[in-house]
Amino acid sequence: MMKKNNVKFMQGNEACVAGAIAAGMKFYAGYPITPSTEIAEVSAQLLPKVGGKFIQMEDEIAGMAAAIGGSLAGLKSMTATSGPGFSLKQENIGYAAIAEIPCVIVDVQRGGPSTGLPTAPSQGDIMQAKWGTHGDHPVIALSPSSVRETFDLTVRCFNLAEKYRTPVMLMLDEVVGHMREKIVIPDASEIEVIDRIKPEPGDSNYQPYKVKEGQIVPAMAAYGDGFRFHVTGLIHDESGFPSNSHEVADKLMTRLMKKVEDNLDDIIAFEENHIEDAEVVVLSYGGTARSAKSAMKKAREMGLKVGMFRPITIWPFPEKRVAEIAKNVKAIIVAEMNYGQLVLEVERVVKNAAPIYHVGKINGEVITPDEILAKIKEVL
Amino acid sequence: MSSQLINQYYRAEKLPHIWCPGCGHGIITRAVSQAIHNMGLDKDKVCIVSGIGCSSRAPGYMDFNTLHTTHGRALAFATGVKMARPELEVIVISGDGDAAAIGGNHLIHAARRNINITTIVFNNNIYGMTGGQYSPTTPTGDLATTAPFGNIDKSFDIANLAAAAGATYAARATAYHVPQLTKYIENGIKNKGFSLVEAISVCPTYYGRKNKKGTVVDQMNWLKDAAVDVKAAQKLTPEQMEGKFLIGEFKNVTEPEYTQEYQKILDRFKKER
Amino acid sequence: MSKQVEIRLTGSGGQGLILGGIIMAEAALLDGKNAIQSQSYGPEARGGASKAEVIISEHEIDFPKVEVPDLLLALTQVAAEKYADDIKSDGILLVDSSVSLPEGIVAGKIIQIPILQTAAEVIGKPMVANIIAIGAIQQILNIVSKESLESAVLNRVPKGTEELNRRALAEGYRLVEKY
Repeated sequence: MMKKNNVKFMQGNEACVAGAIAAGMKFYAGYPITPSTEIAEVSAQLLPKVGGKFIQMEDEIAGMAAAIGGSLAGLKSMTATSGPGFSLKQENIGYAAIAEIPCVIVDVQRGGPSTGLPTAPSQGDIMQAKWGTHGDHPVIALSPSSVRETFDLTVRCFNLAEKYRTPVMLMLDEVVGHMREKIVIPDASEIEVIDRIKPEPGDSNYQPYKVKEGQIVPAMAAYGDGFRFHVTGLIHDESGFPSNSHEVADKLMTRLMKKVEDNLDDIIAFEENHIEDAEVVVLSYGGTARSAKSAMKKAREMGLKVGMFRPITIWPFPEKRVAEIAKNVKAIIVAEMNYGQLVLEVERVVKNAAPIYHVGKINGEVITPDEILAKIKEVL
Repeated sequence: MSSQLINQYYRAEKLPHIWCPGCGHGIITRAVSQAIHNMGLDKDKVCIVSGIGCSSRAPGYMDFNTLHTTHGRALAFATGVKMARPELEVIVISGDGDAAAIGGNHLIHAARRNINITTIVFNNNIYGMTGGQYSPTTPTGDLATTAPFGNIDKSFDIANLAAAAGATYAARATAYHVPQLTKYIENGIKNKGFSLVEAISVCPTYYGRKNKKGTVVDQMNWLKDAAVDVKAAQKLTPEQMEGKFLIGEFKNVTEPEYTQEYQKILDRFKKER
Repeated sequence: MSKQVEIRLTGSGGQGLILGGIIMAEAALLDGKNAIQSQSYGPEARGGASKAEVIISEHEIDFPKVEVPDLLLALTQVAAEKYADDIKSDGILLVDSSVSLPEGIVAGKIIQIPILQTAAEVIGKPMVANIIAIGAIQQILNIVSKESLESAVLNRVPKGTEELNRRALAEGYRLVEKY
């Protein structure tokens, strides 16, 4: 079966690039940082072969900025980083949010804060993905648990970025980024690729920030297409020019927030396992979800009624479903490689419907199935 | 002539601009559009990128593909635009703080790559937008709101910084020396590589007032008197150069350009595609 | 093979242990099994204690890290001292002859063979030690077929070194024949 070209044994980081190229990535701008560097290396290797372009910028901020510039000039663009770089990119992520520039940011999470544990896994950037840049802004962030899913979700990140004209984050962790496993690369014909809507050529009434009837976001021209429009990080009206008007600010900000908020069903994804009869549900994501699944299987073998819920979109969080599940269980255990981040969101949505427990780890080691199993036994 | 330039190259409905009366930035912005006019560039194929600051508002008034980015990052955004569409003529408008302080790293690296971007630095020796703080080009000893006892920083020579970092074209003129400035901007755009034109501006509201530089006319006269052409300066003694500054073309060489070099990599794989 | 087999390869950076792990995993895939390879490494690219992990299973592999290995390879003294005490009580410890075994090691079986010496003196290329080692592991555990292992090796090694690597594999099989 390995004879077939589409069966590969690859790292999560490599699968990310394969997915990006399948989704139409034509520009990568970034800066080397462990444990995300393979994403830059493989992009440098593969992009010229598909007519795409790679540039290693002088710093993380520039990597984000250049990716936005590339997208504005019409190319699907990506950058990848890890903790310290994710912090540095935040201001320009906000720029992409307000100026509605589609782009994909990959964060291969490592131990922090600061330089922290550069080669060790973590899920400590989950809240930064939501609140990292200043001001209110829409956020879409996805987290894969396997190499194949890394491929699929990278494609989805590009599709969501193009569809909703917003920066989309792929929250990898070192576990999935660096592990190698079997992946069957889907045929191009099986992959849905979404492209941004463009204005009609020569449309003399083109307003770069006006949403047309029946569309979710404004059509996006590229620089050089003949529209000579203006883009700014200031609050702007439909023409794209800055405005100090409170009405304009309210209208723009509300539209930015609503384009995600009004389309939760389209965006949100999660995986459930043995939820139906579960007395305890383990909620976990990314690399840690693999430990949770193993713990769930061990618990089931012991006759314990344990289920599992894995948010695939961390943001927007699948709050409706989690609140529903909470009504029928004795406890929810949140397992994540941090001191307690997504658990705060779970507490917010579950309220008092079920007690919530946390299994966290901040020493750079992965959470083992036995550690989750121990907590299951403790709460049951 | 001005009104013709405005009709042809400005978004007239966005005027008047935000700059203070007497500010040199309008003159420099006009020189940029004059250079574009002289070269007969296609407006649809010109992209003007800026950062944050007084100067960075210029693109909003100009009828091209325009991008007003974050503080200091104009060159990094512009690099993305240029990589994605090398056929666009990419011009960056920046200020002294934007280009040489917060954006200093991007400036030297864009210069090092020799990517075909022309950067015009509107140098008014001060942070104007935030109200008169000292910038990397405020002369030592001068006053600013954050240097109430005199600036103890040394200042950057931005044109020569860019030249030393690898820019293949570097020049300086002033808001007084307009024909020269226009010519340098043209030469910068013509250069297939990274070009930097430093345009010394005047800031009557903050720098001029804080440092008792007199009226705008006094400040323009100072530009006229203190600026010495780089060729003429060769014949002057250090004593004669006291209190003067250099204008002129400091560097104009031809070296491999970044996007063309990348194109060669792409061409290698063309057959495979 | 009903259960999951967990292997930890340890030695120093630059000995090709990660490549060795990848080759074993790819051989398992050729046999239609599942495999995961993961690693932990320090910041240094060469020297220091390095480890690579491989899990091979006929079933889905959830937790991607080796918890307690069924087989532990230690090519250097430093690695043996750091990792050799972490092994299943019935596990196999495979150690290079150059290593003096730390005291108090508990393992089902300890096999000590001259991997590094064979690479340097019999094959004449110290860099094939990893291939000799995975040959020996195949012979001990029989978790992948020899055909698949050879294909996996040949898929990964540089052109022109195929014969060298075939010989290295054969030496690996031979070194543990008597165990």
